[in-house]
Amino acid sequence: MIRVVLPSHLRTLARIESTEVALDVDGDATQATVLDALEERFPVLCGAIRDRTSGRRRPFIRFFACRRDLSHESPDAPLPGAVRGGDEPFLIVGAIAGG
Amino acid sequence: MSSVRVLVGTRKGAFVLRSDGTRKSWQVDGPFFPGWEIYHVNGSPAEPNRIYVSQTSGWFGQQMQRSDDGGNTWEPIGNEFLYAGETGTHQWYDGTQRPWEFKRIWHLEPSATDPDVVHAGAEDAAIFRSGDGGKTWTELAALRNHDSAPSWQPGAGGMCLHTIIFDPKDPQRIFVAISAAGAFRSDDGGQSWKPINRGLVSQYIPDPGAEVGHCVHRLAMHPSRPNVLFMQKHWDVMRTDDAGESWREISGDLPTDFGFAIDVHAHEPDTVYVVPIKSDEQHFPLEGALRVYRSRSGGNQWEPLTKGLPQRDCYVNVLRDAMAVDDLDSCGVYFGTTGGQVYASADAGETWSAIVHDLPAVLSVEVQTLA
Repeated sequence: MIRVVLPSHLRTLARIESTEVALDVDGDATQATVLDALEERFPVLCGAIRDRTSGRRRPFIRFFACRRDLSHESPDAPLPGAVRGGDEPFLIVGAIAGG
Repeated sequence: MSSVRVLVGTRKGAFVLRSDGTRKSWQVDGPFFPGWEIYHVNGSPAEPNRIYVSQTSGWFGQQMQRSDDGGNTWEPIGNEFLYAGETGTHQWYDGTQRPWEFKRIWHLEPSATDPDVVHAGAEDAAIFRSGDGGKTWTELAALRNHDSAPSWQPGAGGMCLHTIIFDPKDPQRIFVAISAAGAFRSDDGGQSWKPINRGLVSQYIPDPGAEVGHCVHRLAMHPSRPNVLFMQKHWDVMRTDDAGESWREISGDLPTDFGFAIDVHAHEPDTVYVVPIKSDEQHFPLEGALRVYRSRSGGNQWEPLTKGLPQRDCYVNVLRDAMAVDDLDSCGVYFGTTGGQVYASADAGETWSAIVHDLPAVLSVEVQTLA
C-alpha cells in the first residue's frame, strides 16, 4: 500500500476529503506506476500532474519522499523502500511561487 | 419576469451574479473553483442552465467544468485537448520554429441550438469541438494546418484563439481570431479557413499590410447582420461589411484606439461599445478616467459614457472577453476590470454602477437573459 499526499487544489478537484490517498500498486512501486494507479482511481487528475501528451511531470509539480526531491529521478525507478512499505508518504507538491 | 445571470471568470475563481430584470439588486455567488484561473464561463443559449467553464492553472493545467443547474453545482468534464495529426510548428519569439503546445482554453462558445455542442479556443491557437457536452474534444485541425500557420507567432499574451463567432444565418460559417495571427473565416464548418485581414494596418509588424500577423484583440457581431463585424485590434477599431473580405478603420474621434473589449447593442446593430485604453505600453484608461465609448452610427462618431464610472485615479484594464450585453428591452451592458469590479448599465450605457467591487482581476464576463 502506497500513501500519496496531494496538493489541496487537487484534493478539491478530485473531491478527496482525507489528507492522504492509499493506493495498491502491483510490483515495485515507481513514480509512473503510482501515478497510473492514482489517475485510474481519480480520472479527473489526468493531465493535472503529468502532461497528457508527453507523460512528463508538469513543470511546477514536484515529487518528494523521505526528505528527498525525487522530481528528477526516472519515472520508472523504484520508490524508496519506506514509501513502498507504507511507512512514508509519496508527496506530490505544487512548487512555491515566490515573489 | 425576466432575470439576468452574469457569469464572471477571474484570476482566482468564478462568480455568478444574479438579478431580476430591473438589474438593481444583485446576489453574488462564488467563488467557484477558488484559486484557479477561470478564463471563461459561458452558458448554452439552447439550455441556459447548462454552463461551461474553462478552469486552468500554471501548476495543474487545464480542467473543464459544467453545470446543468444554472451554476449551483458543477461536474468536471473532459480536459483532453489533443492536436489532431501532425503537430506542426509555428514561429517562436527568436525566429525559430517551435511545435504547437497546448496551454489552456481561452474561450468557450456553446452552440445556439444544441446544448451538447460547444467549441473551445485554445492556446497554442486551435479550435476544438465537443458534441457530447464537453466529455470529449476534437480539433478542427484545418485551421492549424493552414499554409500560413508556420508564420504565426505569439503575442505577449500567448498565441491564443480567443474569439469564436458562428454566423446565425449560416451554420457552416465560423469566424475566429488569434493573437497575433489575425482573423480567419471558414465557410464549410471548419474544414477549410482563409485569413480575413485585408485592410488591417499594423505598424508593429514588418509588412504593415500583411495577410497574417495582426494582433486582433476581439471581434463582435450583431446576430441580425452577420456580414458586419466589428474589431478591436491592438491599435485601431475596425469594421467589415462583407464578412471580413475587407476592413476599414472606424476609430474616428476616439481619444485612443488601443483597447481589448468590443461589443454590440442587443437591439441596435450600429451601436457599438469599446473601452479605450491609453496604449500598449500603459494598459489603463487615459487620464485615470474609466470611460466606455459608444458609437450609434456604426463607428467613427463616438461619445464617452462616464456617469457612475470612476473619473479619477482609475488604472484598471478591461480585457478582451470581459464585456457583454443582455437582451432585455433596455439593453444592459456589462464589463469587468482587472481591479475586480463588474460594472453594469441597465440603460445601454447612459448610467453605470459597480454590481460587485472587489473580486479578483476579471478575465471574462458573459450574461444570460433568462425568461
